[in-house]
Amino acid sequence: MFPPLPNPTVQPTPAVFGEQDLIRRSASSVPAPARQLTPMAKLIDVSKCIGCKACQAACLEWNDLRQEVGSNVGVYDNPSDLTPDSLTVMRFTEWVNPETQNLEWLIRKDGCMHCADPGCLKACPAPGAIVQYSNGIVDFVHENCIGCGYCIKGCPFNIPRISKVDNKAYKCTLCSDRVAVGQGPACQKACPTQAIVFGTKDDMKKWADARITDLKSRGYKNAGLYDPPGVDGTHVMYVLQHADQPQIYAGLPANPRISLIVEVWKGVTKYAGLAAMAGMAIFGALHYLVTGPNNVSPDEEEKAKHLAGGPAS
Amino acid sequence: MTAYDVEPGDAVHPGDPVQVDRYTVGARINHWITAVSLVLLALSGLALFHPDLFFLTVLFGGGQNTRAIHPWIGVLLFFSFAGLFIRFWRANLWEHTDNVWLAKLRDVLTGHEERLPEVGKYNAGQKVVFWSMSVLIIVLITSGIVIWDQYFSEYTSLEQKRIAVLTHSITAIIAICVWIVHVYAAIWVRGTIGAMTRGQVTGGWAWRHHRKWLRELVTGKGDRNTTVTPAK
Repeated sequence: MFPPLPNPTVQPTPAVFGEQDLIRRSASSVPAPARQLTPMAKLIDVSKCIGCKACQAACLEWNDLRQEVGSNVGVYDNPSDLTPDSLTVMRFTEWVNPETQNLEWLIRKDGCMHCADPGCLKACPAPGAIVQYSNGIVDFVHENCIGCGYCIKGCPFNIPRISKVDNKAYKCTLCSDRVAVGQGPACQKACPTQAIVFGTKDDMKKWADARITDLKSRGYKNAGLYDPPGVDGTHVMYVLQHADQPQIYAGLPANPRISLIVEVWKGVTKYAGLAAMAGMAIFGALHYLVTGPNNVSPDEEEKAKHLAGGPAS
Repeated sequence: MTAYDVEPGDAVHPGDPVQVDRYTVGARINHWITAVSLVLLALSGLALFHPDLFFLTVLFGGGQNTRAIHPWIGVLLFFSFAGLFIRFWRANLWEHTDNVWLAKLRDVLTGHEERLPEVGKYNAGQKVVFWSMSVLIIVLITSGIVIWDQYFSEYTSLEQKRIAVLTHSITAIIAICVWIVHVYAAIWVRGTIGAMTRGQVTGGWAWRHHRKWLRELVTGKGDRNTTVTPAK
């Protein structure tokens, strides 16, 4: 068993990280932080998940959210997708293992992966609406959010959702408020089987190694850790029984990375675009300086008079 | 038969100087609604395009309002431009002489209009502005609807939205560049702006820049001999 995090004291505790620990801030820059926080991570062991949805309930509870009652769409997923209120959703996949012909119930807790290279932050046009702390947490700052939905386009995992109520984007915060006072995320706290554990990223990798060894000894020869390098690793990681094919886990991308389209849009287009517009204006100014205004001469007015006074109607 | 590029309301008034009616009051109102919309779209769009320009959102009452209002201005522009298109498309049809005009762009830019073929209501440069804006605005409204998440997010895939947002930004940049050409030309070629404010230009202006059009007007909309002599 993973040693559980101790319960908090009842005394108010100052936050252990904050503004001064930002390493990225959307559409703006931050000074290099004076210290590097220990990278934290949540590890979700899919092989231990029993699909109880306690994590979903705990998430709603801690974040004081109410998911509108929906309707059954024929699968266990409830709600059927992430919403501005449901920041995490268990995605159930019934998968027949072609080697054993066994039905395997793959239950993946979906939500923000807290990428080290966050596509949402890269795409965001609003200064300070998305921030990244040096412990790896990517957080949305709602008072700065303008609701444009660019973060959704930037995200390789299709996670953020825009609220129809206040037109702001919502996603898992990794319970940054709890982590700031030494606690783990609410979902982790509620998980009855320790399918979710939380700690430093190094400890999580070590714990994952032990789990993977265990899974391999039970015949899951492709068991492995999902910490995709395409986004420089994530601060939410999965232990997968079949790490060689992440797609079978409700479409978990095999090699997620920020879309090339988003990179072009937020990279060369941004600079070349401004340059093109400025170049156009400068060309106009120079042309005017060199040639001067294009004036009509009195002679031409005379010719027009002659023409109009001629066979005019 | 009416000359293809004489538009309703175009007329010559002999006098000193000669005055030529170029745009009706309807065309002018239509133009300025389009112009104001385009400027507001450029400002609000640029605010969301580059972080250094985000401050422009204060003009629209903050980021949330900018995000909300931009697409609606786009809808206004689309319909307003559609009005301009219906008014102007016929006179903007491409002619062989437009190729000659474009080939002599150097003479255009150096102000040697005597070396150019006589021009109808619109010269090749104006036609390029007209047709490129027509195409760009169709691309902008289409890609814009795809990324108008508030109402249309469920109709397209994430990948389609990514393509749309890139297309939208590149197209908008080109449209702004075309707009710069359009505005600069109106400033550089003196006597032009009056066409869109009071609706009139002087006879000398028409003689200098759109002589074929002036001749067509003088000869009574082409019911006489409309053969054009080379400009000299």
